[in-house]
Amino acid sequence: MNKSLIYAVFSDPDVTVSAGYSLTKAGVKINNVYSPFPIHGIDPAIGLKPTRISVAAFVFGATGLSLALLMMWYMMIYDWPMNIGGKPSFGLMQNIPAFVPVLFECTVLCGAHGMIWTFFFISDILPGKEAKNPDPRTTDDKIIIEIDPAMQKQSEGDLIDMLKHAGAEEINRSQNH
Amino acid sequence: MHGESIYRKPLILGDKTYHQITEDICAPIEGRANKLWYLVFTMAAIAALWGVGCISYLIGNGIGTWGLNRTVNWAWDITNFVWWVGIGHAGTLISAVLLLFRQRWRMAVNRSAEAMTIFAVVCAGLFPLMHMGRIWVGYWTLPLPNQFGSLWVNFNSPLLWDVFAISTYFSVSLGFWYTGLIPDFAMVRDRQSVKWMRNIYKITSFGWSGTAKQWQRFEEVSLVLAGMSTPLVLSVHTIVSFDFATSVIPGWHTTIFPPYFVAGAIFSGFAMVLTLLLVMRKVLKLEDYITIGHVESMNKVIITTGSIVGVAYITELFVAWYSGVMYEQYAFLNRATGPYLWAYWIMMGCNVISPQVFWIKWARTNLIFTFFMSLVINVGMWFERFVIIVTSLHRDYLPSSWTMFYPTWVDVGIFVGTLGIFFTLFLLFSRTFPVIAAAELKSILKISGEGQKREFAAHGGFEHGHGHDDHGHAHHTSEGGHHE
Repeated sequence: MNKSLIYAVFSDPDVTVSAGYSLTKAGVKINNVYSPFPIHGIDPAIGLKPTRISVAAFVFGATGLSLALLMMWYMMIYDWPMNIGGKPSFGLMQNIPAFVPVLFECTVLCGAHGMIWTFFFISDILPGKEAKNPDPRTTDDKIIIEIDPAMQKQSEGDLIDMLKHAGAEEINRSQNH
Repeated sequence: MHGESIYRKPLILGDKTYHQITEDICAPIEGRANKLWYLVFTMAAIAALWGVGCISYLIGNGIGTWGLNRTVNWAWDITNFVWWVGIGHAGTLISAVLLLFRQRWRMAVNRSAEAMTIFAVVCAGLFPLMHMGRIWVGYWTLPLPNQFGSLWVNFNSPLLWDVFAISTYFSVSLGFWYTGLIPDFAMVRDRQSVKWMRNIYKITSFGWSGTAKQWQRFEEVSLVLAGMSTPLVLSVHTIVSFDFATSVIPGWHTTIFPPYFVAGAIFSGFAMVLTLLLVMRKVLKLEDYITIGHVESMNKVIITTGSIVGVAYITELFVAWYSGVMYEQYAFLNRATGPYLWAYWIMMGCNVISPQVFWIKWARTNLIFTFFMSLVINVGMWFERFVIIVTSLHRDYLPSSWTMFYPTWVDVGIFVGTLGIFFTLFLLFSRTFPVIAAAELKSILKISGEGQKREFAAHGGFEHGHGHDDHGHAHHTSEGGHHE
């Protein structure tokens, strides 16, 4: 469907951010920005919503905490209560101080791994996946703003002028893929 | 542009560009190893193989091949375990705690420090497994139903907490480390012309494209993982210290153990980071990234944690006396003046007295001296664990059982073997992985690069307010000027 995309190449992150602002202000829809490192402040400039991935960490962490509590209650209180040195350990609330370390570890274990794998899956990064960056230089020293001219109200010539004015060093076109 | 005071020393020396950073960090991966690397690698690999041999001998013949006896039933194995876990702590401290404190100097050292963490925890984990004697039933430590009836593991035991703490610590550190590596693997991938190299890094980089959304999530994941790893790293050595503190052995049963173990862990970990990085920066020509300033910062962490450890030692002595418990008092008197006094004074000398020289700037910034000190501290921290474990045990409540501990060749061989495994893994890492977090460094180049700072100063530093245009074009809009 994307017959031909415009790739505007930048080499300065701050120039890219201001280019992002000037383009979105003029109503240009930016498809994507590829960069070799995180550019601070690019998200609002290209109209990217804040990520909600921390919610995943919270949900997984809370799940880990609950499962750990359930497990220890079942093993130590319900299924096989043990008399350990005559200490009060036969009720959940009596024994819970001793469960705190494992509760904490299981919370972190599930929260961290849950978040990492959520990140991998929703960002489409898994072993064997093909990279989608249009130019190998975007993992080295160049930043690319990707624009689909078919989705804009401006003409292609206007878009290219705008990009050049905003500081693009090169304008490349994708070859139909 | 978000600048930084021109008086703050640059973190990246020389006139680097983004491309130059890529070149410098990929050079060890793409170039050929020199003779020195092969020599050190051969030595490490021989030690590792020797260790594997000793471990096999131990498993075949049983724990009786160690020097343990009825009185001293924990010795080198647990000493080595605690020592290796402690070494691991520096990596997490650098990558997690310093991220939360926004310490930018962490970026040049976090990757290799985290690798060190993982390799150290691998070595550490071997010891409790071996000490089980029957390593093939190691899975009995997991809360699994079993055929002997519904008897479960004991969640009131710190030894079981340790199973959870160490395995969580290892796997979360691995995940945190690998997540950070993905963009840098992509950087290596995109410059390979050899097909098999390209394919390997294609797999390891998980198809990373570096889109704005990926970076946004990446940064959030890093921040939240740092937030989780910070209490995690503190919990791990706290729980390791519980192995001792919850017992009723004089010299172990002290409430000061958790903070004292954590400080000691960071102290020894930073020493090991310095041991490795001082060599690595030279061999891999990374002096522009791991600068004297970085070394000085790490030495400041060493003097801080070393002083905490010193205060803890003295507090222990004071509390032993103040407690009025004769057994406790004797345990400490025996440490300092008994048959193991040499070990105690090595510990005191290496951990309390020697780091105090880092109050002098010369000592903090002299690389050869720092390297020497890092070895001294590694030795001192090994002896700390030896002193805590062996001297507390060797004279127990029953004087007729008093004895000494003598390590056998198997004890020594396994310890040497873990050193070999550790260095083998680290040497392999240094030639196949991007050893510096390139993407992170690039994100601070404009702020902390030496050349960029000079240019910033030439343009009047902060005198033009917060904005200064690099190339004359591209005007900042009011909302676009100030970040972070």
